[in-house]
Amino acid sequence: MVRAFPPTRHSAVAAVRSADTAQRAKGLAILSAVYWRPVYTYLRLRWRKPHEEAADLAQEFFTQVVQKDVFARFDPSRARLRTFLRTCIDGLVANHDKAASRQKRGGGSPHLDFDGAREEIEGLEGGCHSPEVQFEKEWARGVFGIALRRLEQECASTGRSQNYALLQRYDLDDERPTYAELAQRFGVPVTDVTNRLFRVRRELRRIVLEVLRELTASEEEFREEARALLGDGAV
Amino acid sequence: MTRLDDRALERLRAAVREPDLSETKYRLAGVAGSGGMGTVYIVEDTELRRRAALKVLDVPDAGTEARLRREAQVLARLEHPGIAPVHDMGALPDGRVFYTMKWVQGERLDARLSRPVPLAERLRLFLRIADAVAFAHAQGVLHRDLKPENVMVGAFGEVLVMDWGLAKVVGDGADLVPRTAESAVLGTAGFMSPEQAAGESAGVDARSDVYSLGVMLQWMAAGEGVPALRAVWRKAMAAPREERYPDVGALAADVTRFLDGAAVSAYPETFLHRALRMAKRHRVALGIVAAYLAGRALILLFTGR
Repeated sequence: MVRAFPPTRHSAVAAVRSADTAQRAKGLAILSAVYWRPVYTYLRLRWRKPHEEAADLAQEFFTQVVQKDVFARFDPSRARLRTFLRTCIDGLVANHDKAASRQKRGGGSPHLDFDGAREEIEGLEGGCHSPEVQFEKEWARGVFGIALRRLEQECASTGRSQNYALLQRYDLDDERPTYAELAQRFGVPVTDVTNRLFRVRRELRRIVLEVLRELTASEEEFREEARALLGDGAV
Repeated sequence: MTRLDDRALERLRAAVREPDLSETKYRLAGVAGSGGMGTVYIVEDTELRRRAALKVLDVPDAGTEARLRREAQVLARLEHPGIAPVHDMGALPDGRVFYTMKWVQGERLDARLSRPVPLAERLRLFLRIADAVAFAHAQGVLHRDLKPENVMVGAFGEVLVMDWGLAKVVGDGADLVPRTAESAVLGTAGFMSPEQAAGESAGVDARSDVYSLGVMLQWMAAGEGVPALRAVWRKAMAAPREERYPDVGALAADVTRFLDGAAVSAYPETFLHRALRMAKRHRVALGIVAAYLAGRALILLFTGR
Protein backbone atom coordinates (compact mmCIF):
# COMPACT_ATOMS: atom_id res chain seq x y z
CA MET A 1 0.00 0.00 0.00
CA VAL A 2 1.14 3.53 -0.73
CA ARG A 3 1.97 5.66 2.30
CA ALA A 4 -0.42 8.55 2.45
CA PHE A 5 1.76 10.92 4.49
CA PRO A 6 5.49 10.63 3.86
CA PRO A 7 7.31 12.18 6.81
CA THR A 8 10.18 13.78 4.90
CA ARG A 9 9.95 16.83 2.70
CA HIS A 10 12.48 17.63 0.01
CA SER A 11 11.20 21.02 -0.98
CA ALA A 12 12.54 22.61 -4.14
CA VAL A 13 11.66 25.97 -2.59
CA ALA A 14 14.02 25.24 0.29
CA ALA A 15 16.63 23.75 -2.06
CA VAL A 16 17.02 26.92 -4.15
CA ARG A 17 17.90 28.77 -0.95
CA SER A 18 20.42 26.14 0.12
CA ALA A 19 24.10 27.03 0.58
CA ASP A 20 24.94 23.89 -1.37
CA THR A 21 25.39 24.61 -5.09
CA ALA A 22 24.21 21.17 -6.20
CA GLN A 23 21.06 21.47 -4.09
CA ARG A 24 20.38 24.95 -5.49
CA ALA A 25 20.76 23.69 -9.05
CA LYS A 26 18.45 20.74 -8.36
CA GLY A 27 15.81 22.95 -6.78
CA LEU A 28 15.97 25.44 -9.64
CA ALA A 29 15.72 22.65 -12.19
CA ILE A 30 12.44 21.41 -10.67
CA LEU A 31 10.97 24.88 -10.21
CA SER A 32 11.85 26.02 -13.70
CA ALA A 33 10.63 22.77 -15.26
CA VAL A 34 7.19 23.27 -13.71
CA TYR A 35 6.95 27.05 -13.81
CA TRP A 36 8.67 28.26 -16.96
CA ARG A 37 5.58 27.86 -19.08
CA PRO A 38 3.26 29.51 -16.54
CA VAL A 39 5.74 32.40 -16.15
CA TYR A 40 6.19 32.83 -19.90
CA THR A 41 2.43 32.57 -20.53
CA TYR A 42 1.69 35.10 -17.81
CA LEU A 43 4.20 37.56 -19.27
CA ARG A 44 2.67 37.18 -22.72
CA LEU A 45 -0.97 37.40 -21.66
CA ARG A 46 -0.96 39.62 -18.59
CA TRP A 47 1.82 42.01 -19.60
CA ARG A 48 1.41 41.70 -23.37
CA LYS A 49 5.13 41.15 -23.79
CA PRO A 50 6.31 40.04 -27.23
CA HIS A 51 7.92 36.63 -27.50
CA GLU A 52 11.57 37.76 -27.28
CA GLU A 53 11.03 40.02 -24.32
CA ALA A 54 8.83 37.50 -22.46
CA ALA A 55 11.46 34.77 -22.99
CA ASP A 56 14.23 37.06 -21.70
CA LEU A 57 12.20 38.15 -18.70
CA ALA A 58 11.30 34.56 -17.84
CA GLN A 59 14.98 33.55 -18.03
CA GLU A 60 15.87 36.51 -15.88
CA PHE A 61 13.17 35.63 -13.40
CA PHE A 62 14.63 32.17 -12.76
CA THR A 63 18.11 33.63 -12.49
CA GLN A 64 16.89 36.07 -9.87
CA VAL A 65 15.21 33.28 -7.91
CA VAL A 66 18.69 32.09 -6.96
CA GLN A 67 20.79 35.24 -7.21
CA LYS A 68 18.44 37.53 -5.32
CA ASP A 69 17.10 34.87 -2.95
CA VAL A 70 13.54 35.63 -3.99
CA PHE A 71 12.05 32.94 -1.77
CA ALA A 72 13.37 34.61 1.36
CA ARG A 73 10.23 36.73 1.15
CA PHE A 74 7.90 33.77 0.63
CA ASP A 75 5.61 32.91 3.53
CA PRO A 76 3.40 29.88 2.70
CA SER A 77 0.98 30.80 5.48
CA ARG A 78 0.16 34.07 3.70
CA ALA A 79 -0.04 33.12 0.03
CA ARG A 80 0.20 30.18 -2.32
CA LEU A 81 3.47 29.81 -4.16
CA ARG A 82 1.82 30.55 -7.49
CA THR A 83 0.30 33.78 -6.18
CA PHE A 84 3.69 34.78 -4.77
CA LEU A 85 5.39 34.02 -8.09
CA ARG A 86 2.89 36.14 -10.00
CA THR A 87 3.53 39.02 -7.60
CA CYS A 88 7.28 38.61 -8.16
CA ILE A 89 6.78 38.63 -11.93
CA ASP A 90 4.70 41.80 -11.65
CA GLY A 91 7.55 43.39 -9.69
CA LEU A 92 10.13 42.22 -12.19
CA VAL A 93 8.17 43.68 -15.10
CA ALA A 94 7.64 46.98 -13.27
CA ASN A 95 11.39 47.29 -12.58
CA HIS A 96 12.23 46.21 -16.08
CA ASP A 97 9.92 48.77 -17.67
CA LYS A 98 11.17 51.44 -15.32
CA ALA A 99 14.77 50.88 -16.28
CA ALA A 100 13.67 50.63 -19.90
CA SER A 101 16.57 48.42 -20.58
CA ARG A 102 16.98 44.68 -20.58
CA GLN A 103 19.23 43.32 -17.90
CA LYS A 104 21.76 40.81 -18.93
CA ARG A 105 21.08 37.24 -18.03
CA GLY A 106 23.13 35.80 -15.23
CA GLY A 107 25.00 32.55 -15.47
CA GLY A 108 23.57 29.27 -14.29
CA SER A 109 20.04 29.86 -15.50
CA PRO A 110 18.35 26.78 -16.99
CA HIS A 111 17.95 26.53 -20.74
CA LEU A 112 14.26 26.75 -21.55
CA ASP A 113 12.65 26.09 -24.91
CA PHE A 114 10.57 29.24 -25.41
CA ASP A 115 10.31 28.90 -29.17
CA GLY A 116 8.17 25.80 -28.85
CA ALA A 117 5.79 27.63 -26.54
CA ARG A 118 5.53 30.68 -28.77
CA GLU A 119 2.96 29.36 -31.24
CA GLU A 120 0.80 27.82 -28.52
CA ILE A 121 0.70 31.04 -26.51
CA GLU A 122 -0.03 33.14 -29.58
CA GLY A 123 -2.95 30.82 -30.25
CA LEU A 124 -4.25 31.58 -26.78
CA GLU A 125 -4.11 35.36 -27.05
CA GLY A 126 -7.60 36.73 -27.23
CA GLY A 127 -8.90 33.45 -25.75
CA CYS A 128 -11.45 33.12 -22.95
CA HIS A 129 -9.02 32.48 -20.06
CA SER A 130 -7.61 35.21 -17.88
CA PRO A 131 -3.80 35.31 -17.52
CA GLU A 132 -4.21 34.04 -13.95
CA VAL A 133 -6.33 31.05 -15.03
CA GLN A 134 -3.91 30.31 -17.85
CA PHE A 135 -1.04 30.50 -15.35
CA GLU A 136 -2.79 27.84 -13.21
CA LYS A 137 -3.44 25.65 -16.25
CA GLU A 138 0.18 25.84 -17.38
CA TRP A 139 1.24 25.03 -13.84
CA ALA A 140 -0.94 21.89 -13.88
CA ARG A 141 0.56 20.98 -17.25
CA GLY A 142 4.05 21.45 -15.81
CA VAL A 143 3.38 19.25 -12.78
CA PHE A 144 1.90 16.45 -14.88
CA GLY A 145 4.66 16.83 -17.47
CA ILE A 146 7.37 16.23 -14.85
CA ALA A 147 5.40 13.43 -13.21
CA LEU A 148 4.98 11.65 -16.55
CA ARG A 149 8.69 11.91 -17.31
CA ARG A 150 9.53 10.44 -13.92
CA LEU A 151 6.93 7.72 -14.34
CA GLU A 152 8.35 6.81 -17.74
CA GLN A 153 11.86 6.60 -16.28
CA GLU A 154 10.69 4.51 -13.31
CA CYS A 155 8.79 2.12 -15.55
CA ALA A 156 11.80 1.76 -17.86
CA SER A 157 14.22 1.12 -15.02
CA THR A 158 12.00 -1.58 -13.49
CA GLY A 159 11.18 -3.37 -16.73
CA ARG A 160 7.58 -2.14 -16.84
CA SER A 161 7.74 0.08 -19.90
CA GLN A 162 4.63 -1.61 -21.25
CA ASN A 163 2.62 -0.21 -18.33
CA TYR A 164 3.67 3.31 -19.27
CA ALA A 165 2.86 2.62 -22.91
CA LEU A 166 -0.63 1.49 -21.84
CA LEU A 167 -1.18 4.74 -19.96
CA GLN A 168 0.10 6.70 -22.92
CA ARG A 169 -2.30 4.97 -25.31
CA TYR A 170 -5.27 5.16 -22.98
CA ASP A 171 -4.93 8.58 -21.36
CA LEU A 172 -2.73 10.63 -23.70
CA ASP A 173 -3.63 9.61 -27.25
CA ASP A 174 -6.27 11.59 -29.11
CA GLU A 175 -8.53 8.58 -29.64
CA ARG A 176 -9.09 6.60 -26.47
CA PRO A 177 -8.98 2.86 -27.30
CA THR A 178 -11.14 0.23 -25.54
CA TYR A 179 -9.56 -2.21 -23.11
CA ALA A 180 -10.12 -4.95 -25.68
CA GLU A 181 -8.24 -2.98 -28.34
CA LEU A 182 -5.38 -2.39 -25.92
CA ALA A 183 -5.32 -6.08 -25.01
CA GLN A 184 -5.04 -7.00 -28.68
CA ARG A 185 -2.39 -4.40 -29.41
CA PHE A 186 -0.22 -5.38 -26.43
CA GLY A 187 -0.96 -9.12 -26.64
CA VAL A 188 -2.23 -9.47 -23.06
CA PRO A 189 -5.61 -10.47 -21.56
CA VAL A 190 -8.13 -7.69 -20.93
CA THR A 191 -7.92 -8.24 -17.16
CA ASP A 192 -4.19 -7.59 -17.43
CA VAL A 193 -4.86 -4.31 -19.17
CA THR A 194 -7.21 -3.09 -16.43
CA ASN A 195 -4.89 -4.23 -13.65
CA ARG A 196 -1.82 -2.65 -15.24
CA LEU A 197 -3.69 0.58 -15.90
CA PHE A 198 -4.80 0.71 -12.27
CA ARG A 199 -1.21 0.14 -11.14
CA VAL A 200 0.37 2.70 -13.43
CA ARG A 201 -2.27 5.30 -12.56
CA ARG A 202 -1.63 4.62 -8.87
CA GLU A 203 2.07 5.23 -9.52
CA LEU A 204 1.27 8.42 -11.40
CA ARG A 205 -0.84 9.68 -8.49
CA ARG A 206 2.03 8.94 -6.10
CA ILE A 207 4.54 10.78 -8.28
CA VAL A 208 2.23 13.76 -8.87
CA LEU A 209 1.84 14.16 -5.10
CA GLU A 210 5.61 13.73 -4.74
CA VAL A 211 6.24 16.55 -7.24
CA LEU A 212 3.75 18.76 -5.41
CA ARG A 213 5.55 18.09 -2.14
CA GLU A 214 8.79 19.21 -3.75
CA LEU A 215 7.13 22.38 -4.96
CA THR A 216 5.68 23.39 -1.62
CA ALA A 217 7.17 24.51 1.64
CA SER A 218 4.66 23.18 4.16
CA GLU A 219 2.09 20.41 4.56
CA GLU A 220 -0.71 22.95 4.53
CA GLU A 221 0.49 24.47 1.29
CA PHE A 222 0.91 20.99 -0.16
CA ARG A 223 -2.71 20.10 0.66
CA GLU A 224 -3.96 23.33 -0.89
CA GLU A 225 -1.95 22.76 -4.04
CA ALA A 226 -3.07 19.14 -4.25
CA ARG A 227 -6.71 20.21 -3.93
CA ALA A 228 -6.15 22.87 -6.58
CA LEU A 229 -4.72 20.23 -8.90
CA LEU A 230 -6.90 17.23 -8.10
CA GLY A 231 -9.89 18.44 -6.15
CA ASP A 232 -13.31 19.60 -7.16
CA GLY A 233 -13.27 22.78 -9.22
CA ALA A 234 -9.66 22.44 -10.37
CA VAL A 235 -8.94 24.74 -13.29
CA MET B 1 7.94 15.03 -24.47
CA THR B 2 5.32 17.06 -26.30
CA ARG B 3 3.13 19.53 -24.49
CA LEU B 4 0.02 17.97 -22.92
CA ASP B 5 -3.10 19.24 -24.60
CA ASP B 6 -6.15 20.22 -22.55
CA ARG B 7 -7.94 16.92 -23.14
CA ALA B 8 -4.94 14.83 -22.06
CA LEU B 9 -4.53 17.05 -19.00
CA GLU B 10 -8.16 16.50 -17.98
CA ARG B 11 -7.85 12.74 -18.53
CA LEU B 12 -4.75 12.60 -16.37
CA ARG B 13 -6.41 14.64 -13.66
CA ALA B 14 -9.37 12.28 -13.65
CA ALA B 15 -7.02 9.28 -13.73
CA VAL B 16 -5.21 10.27 -10.56
CA ARG B 17 -8.34 11.58 -8.83
CA GLU B 18 -10.52 8.53 -9.46
CA PRO B 19 -10.47 5.89 -6.73
CA ASP B 20 -8.14 2.95 -7.29
CA LEU B 21 -10.61 0.05 -7.12
CA SER B 22 -8.22 -2.59 -8.48
CA GLU B 23 -8.18 -4.82 -5.41
CA THR B 24 -11.77 -4.26 -4.35
CA LYS B 25 -15.12 -5.76 -5.33
CA TYR B 26 -16.22 -2.40 -6.79
CA ARG B 27 -16.17 -1.14 -10.36
CA LEU B 28 -16.47 2.53 -11.20
CA ALA B 29 -19.78 3.48 -12.82
CA GLY B 30 -19.83 7.26 -12.61
CA VAL B 31 -19.51 10.37 -10.47
CA ALA B 32 -22.39 11.36 -8.18
CA GLY B 33 -20.99 14.66 -6.92
CA SER B 34 -18.16 16.51 -5.24
CA GLY B 35 -17.94 18.25 -1.93
CA GLY B 36 -15.46 20.25 0.06
CA MET B 37 -13.19 17.35 0.94
CA GLY B 38 -14.01 14.53 -1.41
CA THR B 39 -16.00 13.03 -4.20
CA VAL B 40 -18.87 10.56 -4.20
CA TYR B 41 -18.65 7.98 -6.99
CA ILE B 42 -21.30 5.58 -8.21
CA VAL B 43 -19.83 2.07 -8.13
CA GLU B 44 -21.01 -1.41 -9.00
CA ASP B 45 -20.67 -3.95 -6.21
CA THR B 46 -19.63 -6.97 -8.32
CA GLU B 47 -20.38 -9.49 -5.55
CA LEU B 48 -23.82 -8.30 -4.53
CA ARG B 49 -24.55 -7.02 -8.04
CA ARG B 50 -25.96 -3.73 -6.97
CA ARG B 51 -25.00 -0.10 -7.19
CA ALA B 52 -23.55 1.75 -4.24
CA ALA B 53 -22.19 5.21 -3.53
CA LEU B 54 -18.48 5.33 -2.67
CA LYS B 55 -17.15 8.36 -0.87
CA VAL B 56 -13.41 8.99 -0.98
CA LEU B 57 -11.11 11.90 -0.17
CA ASP B 58 -9.47 13.66 -3.12
CA VAL B 59 -6.41 14.64 -1.12
CA PRO B 60 -6.25 12.91 2.24
CA ASP B 61 -4.72 14.27 5.39
CA ALA B 62 -5.01 13.15 8.97
CA GLY B 63 -7.87 15.58 9.74
CA THR B 64 -10.09 14.82 6.77
CA GLU B 65 -9.42 11.10 7.07
CA ALA B 66 -10.60 11.17 10.66
CA ARG B 67 -13.68 13.09 9.56
CA LEU B 68 -14.53 10.58 6.85
CA ARG B 69 -14.10 7.65 9.23
CA ARG B 70 -16.22 9.43 11.81
CA GLU B 71 -18.94 10.03 9.26
CA ALA B 72 -19.04 6.33 8.36
CA GLN B 73 -19.05 5.30 12.03
CA VAL B 74 -21.85 7.73 12.81
CA LEU B 75 -23.93 6.52 9.87
CA ALA B 76 -23.39 2.92 10.95
CA ARG B 77 -25.12 3.75 14.25
CA LEU B 78 -28.17 5.16 12.52
CA GLU B 79 -30.53 2.62 11.00
CA HIS B 80 -33.49 4.65 9.83
CA PRO B 81 -35.38 4.89 6.52
CA GLY B 82 -34.45 8.58 6.38
CA ILE B 83 -30.69 7.97 6.65
CA ALA B 84 -28.61 6.22 3.95
CA PRO B 85 -27.10 3.03 5.44
CA VAL B 86 -23.34 2.38 5.31
CA HIS B 87 -22.26 -0.86 3.62
CA ASP B 88 -18.51 -0.91 3.97
CA MET B 89 -15.44 1.08 5.04
CA GLY B 90 -11.77 0.55 4.26
CA ALA B 91 -8.64 1.79 2.49
CA LEU B 92 -8.05 1.71 -1.25
CA PRO B 93 -4.81 0.32 -2.73
CA ASP B 94 -3.64 3.93 -3.20
CA GLY B 95 -3.98 4.46 0.56
CA ARG B 96 -7.11 6.59 0.55
CA VAL B 97 -9.85 5.86 3.08
CA PHE B 98 -13.30 5.23 1.62
CA TYR B 99 -16.73 4.08 2.64
CA THR B 100 -19.66 2.86 0.64
CA MET B 101 -23.32 3.46 1.34
CA LYS B 102 -26.68 2.98 -0.29
CA TRP B 103 -26.87 4.60 -3.70
CA VAL B 104 -29.76 7.03 -3.39
CA GLN B 105 -31.54 7.78 -6.62
CA GLY B 106 -33.36 11.05 -6.52
CA GLU B 107 -32.65 14.72 -6.43
CA ARG B 108 -31.51 17.20 -3.85
CA LEU B 109 -34.19 18.99 -1.88
CA ASP B 110 -33.20 22.38 -3.31
CA ALA B 111 -33.62 20.99 -6.84
CA ARG B 112 -36.95 19.38 -5.98
CA LEU B 113 -38.33 22.59 -4.51
CA SER B 114 -37.12 24.70 -7.41
CA ARG B 115 -40.33 23.49 -9.08
CA PRO B 116 -43.80 24.41 -7.77
CA VAL B 117 -44.79 22.12 -4.89
CA PRO B 118 -47.90 22.77 -2.72
CA LEU B 119 -47.18 24.05 0.79
CA ALA B 120 -48.76 21.00 2.46
CA GLU B 121 -46.49 18.68 0.46
CA ARG B 122 -43.43 20.76 1.36
CA LEU B 123 -44.35 20.58 5.04
CA ARG B 124 -44.80 16.82 4.82
CA LEU B 125 -41.29 16.59 3.34
CA PHE B 126 -40.06 18.73 6.22
CA LEU B 127 -41.65 16.36 8.74
CA ARG B 128 -39.82 13.40 7.18
CA ILE B 129 -36.53 15.29 7.52
CA ALA B 130 -37.36 16.17 11.12
CA ASP B 131 -38.22 12.51 11.82
CA ALA B 132 -34.77 11.35 10.64
CA VAL B 133 -33.02 14.07 12.65
CA ALA B 134 -35.10 13.29 15.76
CA PHE B 135 -34.12 9.62 15.42
CA ALA B 136 -30.43 10.58 15.19
CA HIS B 137 -30.80 12.73 18.30
CA ALA B 138 -32.35 9.80 20.13
CA GLN B 139 -29.20 7.83 19.22
CA GLY B 140 -27.01 10.63 20.58
CA VAL B 141 -26.00 12.07 17.20
CA LEU B 142 -26.26 15.75 16.23
CA HIS B 143 -26.05 16.50 12.51
CA ARG B 144 -24.71 20.11 12.72
CA ASP B 145 -24.93 20.80 8.97
CA LEU B 146 -28.60 20.60 8.06
CA LYS B 147 -29.41 22.40 4.84
CA PRO B 148 -31.38 21.67 1.64
CA GLU B 149 -28.24 20.53 -0.20
CA ASN B 150 -27.81 17.74 2.35
CA VAL B 151 -31.25 16.21 1.82
CA MET B 152 -32.13 13.84 -1.02
CA VAL B 153 -35.71 13.26 -2.12
CA GLY B 154 -36.56 10.03 -3.91
CA ALA B 155 -39.03 9.47 -6.72
CA PHE B 156 -41.79 8.51 -4.24
CA GLY B 157 -41.20 11.40 -1.87
CA GLU B 158 -38.92 9.41 0.43
CA VAL B 159 -36.39 11.61 2.18
CA LEU B 160 -32.78 10.87 3.11
CA VAL B 161 -30.69 13.15 5.29
CA MET B 162 -27.12 13.03 3.96
CA ASP B 163 -23.62 14.30 4.74
CA TRP B 164 -23.01 13.48 8.38
CA GLY B 165 -19.36 14.58 8.13
CA LEU B 166 -19.78 17.25 10.79
CA ALA B 167 -21.94 15.12 13.09
CA LYS B 168 -21.24 15.13 16.79
CA VAL B 169 -21.79 12.11 18.98
CA VAL B 170 -22.95 12.88 22.51
CA GLY B 171 -23.57 10.60 25.45
CA ASP B 172 -22.77 6.89 25.02
CA GLY B 173 -20.34 6.35 22.18
CA ALA B 174 -18.93 9.87 22.18
CA ASP B 175 -15.51 8.38 22.83
CA LEU B 176 -15.72 6.20 19.72
CA VAL B 177 -14.95 9.06 17.39
CA PRO B 178 -12.45 11.91 17.50
CA ARG B 179 -13.75 15.22 18.76
CA THR B 180 -13.52 18.43 16.87
CA ALA B 181 -11.63 21.39 18.27
CA GLU B 182 -13.66 23.18 20.94
CA SER B 183 -13.49 26.48 19.07
CA ALA B 184 -13.94 25.17 15.52
CA VAL B 185 -16.65 26.84 13.44
CA LEU B 186 -18.52 23.96 11.82
CA GLY B 187 -21.59 24.18 9.64
CA THR B 188 -22.88 26.29 6.77
CA ALA B 189 -23.36 30.04 7.07
CA GLY B 190 -27.02 30.93 6.86
CA PHE B 191 -28.14 27.58 8.27
CA MET B 192 -25.93 27.19 11.34
CA SER B 193 -27.07 28.29 14.78
CA PRO B 194 -25.54 31.36 16.46
CA GLU B 195 -23.66 29.11 18.90
CA GLN B 196 -22.10 27.19 15.98
CA ALA B 197 -21.20 30.43 14.23
CA ALA B 198 -19.52 31.58 17.43
CA GLY B 199 -17.45 28.39 17.44
CA GLU B 200 -18.94 27.17 20.74
CA SER B 201 -18.51 23.51 19.88
CA ALA B 202 -19.02 22.41 23.48
CA GLY B 203 -22.31 24.30 23.76
CA VAL B 204 -23.89 22.76 20.69
CA ASP B 205 -26.84 20.49 21.48
CA ALA B 206 -30.08 19.25 19.88
CA ARG B 207 -31.40 22.82 19.84
CA SER B 208 -28.66 23.77 17.35
CA ASP B 209 -30.18 21.31 14.87
CA VAL B 210 -33.61 22.72 15.82
CA TYR B 211 -32.31 26.13 14.71
CA SER B 212 -31.09 24.78 11.36
CA LEU B 213 -34.41 23.00 10.85
CA GLY B 214 -36.15 26.31 11.55
CA VAL B 215 -34.11 27.95 8.75
CA MET B 216 -34.98 25.04 6.47
CA LEU B 217 -38.67 25.32 7.37
CA GLN B 218 -38.64 29.01 6.50
CA TRP B 219 -36.83 28.24 3.24
CA MET B 220 -39.17 25.37 2.39
CA ALA B 221 -42.28 27.46 3.09
CA ALA B 222 -40.80 30.03 0.69
CA GLY B 223 -42.50 32.99 2.30
CA GLU B 224 -45.95 31.41 2.18
CA GLY B 225 -46.20 31.27 5.93
CA VAL B 226 -49.37 32.43 7.60
CA PRO B 227 -48.70 33.99 11.04
CA ALA B 228 -48.92 30.67 12.88
CA LEU B 229 -46.34 28.97 10.60
CA ARG B 230 -44.07 32.00 10.75
CA ALA B 231 -44.24 31.80 14.53
CA VAL B 232 -43.10 28.16 14.34
CA TRP B 233 -39.91 28.86 12.40
CA ARG B 234 -39.25 32.01 14.41
CA LYS B 235 -39.42 30.01 17.62
CA ALA B 236 -37.11 27.35 16.13
CA MET B 237 -34.69 30.10 15.07
CA ALA B 238 -34.68 32.06 18.35
CA ALA B 239 -31.17 33.33 19.06
CA PRO B 240 -31.22 32.29 22.75
CA ARG B 241 -31.31 28.50 22.81
CA GLU B 242 -33.68 28.37 25.77
CA GLU B 243 -36.36 30.14 23.70
CA ARG B 244 -36.29 27.50 20.94
CA TYR B 245 -38.22 24.23 20.90
CA PRO B 246 -36.51 21.95 23.37
CA ASP B 247 -36.18 19.19 20.79
CA VAL B 248 -36.97 18.31 17.16
CA GLY B 249 -40.07 16.34 18.24
CA ALA B 250 -41.68 19.48 19.69
CA LEU B 251 -40.95 21.41 16.48
CA ALA B 252 -42.38 18.60 14.34
CA ALA B 253 -45.46 18.41 16.56
CA ASP B 254 -46.19 22.08 15.94
CA VAL B 255 -45.76 21.68 12.16
CA THR B 256 -48.09 18.66 12.28
CA ARG B 257 -50.67 20.69 14.24
CA PHE B 258 -50.39 23.46 11.66
CA LEU B 259 -50.97 20.96 8.84
CA ASP B 260 -54.03 19.62 10.70
CA GLY B 261 -55.41 23.14 11.18
CA ALA B 262 -54.95 22.96 14.94
CA ALA B 263 -53.44 25.65 17.18
CA VAL B 264 -49.62 25.68 17.37
CA SER B 265 -47.81 26.16 20.65
CA ALA B 266 -45.61 28.91 19.19
CA TYR B 267 -48.49 31.21 18.36
CA PRO B 268 -50.86 32.64 21.04
CA GLU B 269 -54.09 33.28 19.14
CA THR B 270 -56.54 36.16 19.54
CA PHE B 271 -60.28 35.28 19.60
CA LEU B 272 -60.61 36.40 15.95
CA HIS B 273 -57.65 34.27 14.79
CA ARG B 274 -59.03 31.28 16.66
CA ALA B 275 -62.48 31.76 15.13
CA LEU B 276 -61.02 32.09 11.63
CA ARG B 277 -58.83 29.03 12.06
CA MET B 278 -61.73 26.99 13.45
CA ALA B 279 -63.89 28.14 10.57
CA LYS B 280 -61.19 27.10 8.10
CA ARG B 281 -60.63 23.78 9.83
CA HIS B 282 -64.39 22.96 9.91
CA ARG B 283 -65.25 24.63 6.65
CA VAL B 284 -67.05 21.54 5.25
CA ALA B 285 -69.33 21.20 8.27
CA LEU B 286 -69.88 24.96 8.35
CA GLY B 287 -70.71 24.89 4.66
CA ILE B 288 -73.34 22.19 5.19
CA VAL B 289 -74.88 24.12 8.10
CA ALA B 290 -74.81 27.36 6.07
CA ALA B 291 -76.46 25.64 3.09
CA TYR B 292 -79.11 24.15 5.40
CA LEU B 293 -79.83 27.54 7.00
CA ALA B 294 -79.95 29.26 3.59
CA GLY B 295 -82.43 26.63 2.39
CA ARG B 296 -84.60 27.07 5.44
CA ALA B 297 -84.52 30.83 4.93
CA LEU B 298 -85.65 30.47 1.31
CA ILE B 299 -88.48 28.15 2.29
CA LEU B 300 -89.53 30.63 4.97
CA LEU B 301 -89.40 33.48 2.48
CA PHE B 302 -91.50 31.81 -0.22
CA THR B 303 -93.96 29.84 1.86
CA GLY B 304 -94.24 32.06 4.89
CA ARG B 305 -93.86 28.93 7.04
